[in-house]
Amino acid sequence: MIDPASIRAALADTHRREWATVLSATVRVAGSLDLAEECTQDAFVSALEAWERTGIPRNPAAWLTTAAKRKAIDAHRRDRTLRSKLPLLIEPDGGTDVAAEPSQHPVIGDDRLRLVFTCCHPALSREAQVALTLRLVCGLTTPEIARAFLVAEATMAARVTRAKKKIAAARIPYRVPAAHELPERLDAVLTVVHLVFTTGHTAPYGDALIRGDLVGRAIELGRLLVALMPDEREARGLVALMLLTDARRASRTDEHGQLVLLEDQDRSRWDLAAIAEGHRLVLEALRGGRPGRFVLQAAIAALHAEASSHAATDWRQIVSLYDLLYQAWPSPVVLLNRAVAVAMSDGPAAGLAAVDEIDAATLAGYHYLPATRADLLRRLGRLTEAATAYRAALSMVDNETERAFLRRRLAAVQFAVGLPPSDG
Amino acid sequence: MAQYLILIYEDQNAYVENSPEVWQQAMKAHAQFAEQVGEKGGSIVGGNALQATTTATTIRGDVVTDGPFVETKEALGGYYLIEAANLDQALDIAKLCPAPYGGVEVRPVLDTPS
Repeated sequence: MIDPASIRAALADTHRREWATVLSATVRVAGSLDLAEECTQDAFVSALEAWERTGIPRNPAAWLTTAAKRKAIDAHRRDRTLRSKLPLLIEPDGGTDVAAEPSQHPVIGDDRLRLVFTCCHPALSREAQVALTLRLVCGLTTPEIARAFLVAEATMAARVTRAKKKIAAARIPYRVPAAHELPERLDAVLTVVHLVFTTGHTAPYGDALIRGDLVGRAIELGRLLVALMPDEREARGLVALMLLTDARRASRTDEHGQLVLLEDQDRSRWDLAAIAEGHRLVLEALRGGRPGRFVLQAAIAALHAEASSHAATDWRQIVSLYDLLYQAWPSPVVLLNRAVAVAMSDGPAAGLAAVDEIDAATLAGYHYLPATRADLLRRLGRLTEAATAYRAALSMVDNETERAFLRRRLAAVQFAVGLPPSDG
Repeated sequence: MAQYLILIYEDQNAYVENSPEVWQQAMKAHAQFAEQVGEKGGSIVGGNALQATTTATTIRGDVVTDGPFVETKEALGGYYLIEAANLDQALDIAKLCPAPYGGVEVRPVLDTPS
């Protein structure tokens, strides 16, 4: 009699690593994402009971794929009208044998890529792309995804259903994009993965465990993309960016849960192994041509990570990298971050000038704009103006930890000027 | 193959106020578009430019009124009904559709069971 606890552990492990493998392989037989998802779910449930009798199979993913496919075939046999409900347009693939065992199937990687690119299709809203990717590629349950993004479960379920309906109704094809479409389509996938990462990485509120899990999932997804598309340097850049950013996790908040700025972080608590790997990936990704926006962001993160202190950081180099980043990604957020780097390399007056060059309308409602101005004004001794800017930032911030930080800064400035304490 | 409607929305002032050259440019661009559709693997089933929204009449229930259904800055100015294998092909085609003073919407046609 096999120990049920070890069965459950093996199943949970397989669920984490191979959900996408099983689901994407089942899609062809199922003919729809909905049915593939259901059959994959059922396969995992039936595995729990079956493996207690027969033991953990040598190739759990293959076992589960066979089981899921069988359920899909059975479902079609029982209900012949199934094929017309939410049908998925699967491109005919020369030489693909639908019944082949995954272990012998040479294009298993491609099926997972097909799944990822379909979930991140530009015809779907960004929210839908994220929800669908977490559900179908990572295998998170709808309640888990809802908790991670702080929406009601019914809302998240409706979002996923709407997305599947759109895929069927508009006939979004289940395929890996052609070479000429790939850069744009890959950028969308990487953006979704990065969004999952930043959602998990932001200062903790809501369900902390779920958010920590999102960081892990995002990094795993990134690694999967690198494994499946080893020539895509941007994918490598994204993984590097995530590793280098996450390396600082332990020092981002103090023992009271309060935000600690980069300049005050205890660098001895940074994860050196993650930094080393991130650094290596950046160097690999920089080789062989023009770096894209994820590689450049990673390169900037690498410069921060290898500096022994905030002051010792190569700010000049960082400004140059931001110049390149802006060319690849003309976003006002890039200009703002660049201005912060300019302040470090050329002084707060130069930084403030750079901030004020940005068209404020493009950053309306973005609290980091007034927050940055406030900080620079404070460093320039223009405390009354700094207080006004902190108040403006407070009126826009939506994160408790950051709100508390800005309040403390405002209070300090007001105290210094002799102003009565008052909030934004 | 399935059918998609490409709806062209543009700021009409660009055409109303301007010289015949603007129109000629548009005609040339649309003729070029028609040639390119085949290269992308799709086909044009039909299409037309529409007269300005000032010529439109709207009916809601029993009430007949002058003007378009919704008054917008970029108004519906024309359409193409195309055949394409899937949305990616339809989007590839729609990206070529001239709409310099606005943009296009791509809507799948509802399959009615025969």
